Amino acid sequence: MSDTSLTIVRRMRASPDTVFAALIRPELIARWWGPDDGPVLLSEADARVGGAFRVRFRMLDDSEHESVGTYLEVAAPTRLAMTWRWIGRPDPESLLEFDLRPIAGGTELTLTHSRLPDAGERDGHRLGWSGALDKLERLIAARSTAGEGTDHAA
Amino acid sequence: MTGSQDRFTLYQMVNNYASPNQDPARLDRIFSALADPSRRAMLARLEAEESLSVSDLARPLPIKLPAVMKHLDVLAGAGLIRRDKSGRTVSVRLAAQPMEEAMGWLSRYERFWSDRLDRLTAVAEEMEAAR
Repeated sequence: MSDTSLTIVRRMRASPDTVFAALIRPELIARWWGPDDGPVLLSEADARVGGAFRVRFRMLDDSEHESVGTYLEVAAPTRLAMTWRWIGRPDPESLLEFDLRPIAGGTELTLTHSRLPDAGERDGHRLGWSGALDKLERLIAARSTAGEGTDHAA
Repeated sequence: MTGSQDRFTLYQMVNNYASPNQDPARLDRIFSALADPSRRAMLARLEAEESLSVSDLARPLPIKLPAVMKHLDVLAGAGLIRRDKSGRTVSVRLAAQPMEEAMGWLSRYERFWSDRLDRLTAVAEEMEAAR
């Protein structure tokens, strides 16, 4: 097992161009991103390498949730890769990949959601212990000098 | 990745080891447990092995067995290792919790993305039909 990841495949009766547009255009993202019938309050997607993604929605129970990310690969209409995380939750930053393949009558979309392995890490089956200890040392040093090591996200 | 991004991700990673009902002091215990080079060396070895006896773990370290035992107390107190005694041998392994966290993470997101992709499919198919 490499790092924790989840793969879901969906086939849809729409061309790869159409599906890709739905993945990256803010006004379209707003139509599918919310988990229930609550409103999407904010949808920003600058689908270029290095561009930012930000979506905020309110659920019917009035709770609000926001996720942010950075686009890593944008290759219309076949592949989209981005970093992704929730604001205000302890989940680690993760990697989202969308791969689109034309099939008869539409598109096969493969979503892969994985944890970003730590830089320099090859053996992720322990979820980021290997190779992370040096960085922890630096982090701890930073905490003791800065008083708090809880950097906020860029 | 920038340095600060790197550190942030790592902080999140460690934070993720604390289960939701854990007191905030838990994270501090993890950090102080990791603040010692001998303890980090032990974790690095346990990373590579399924489990090790205390004496195996102590062998390459330049410290005496009682000190090793103290370090193990600290690591166990932070929830980073598990110790199992069988007869006269105590074996040490990395705690299973990170793996459990991972499974929890998977099942939450499976539901999340399934719902999202259902809606994405509906939107894309509507768009296609309107073309």
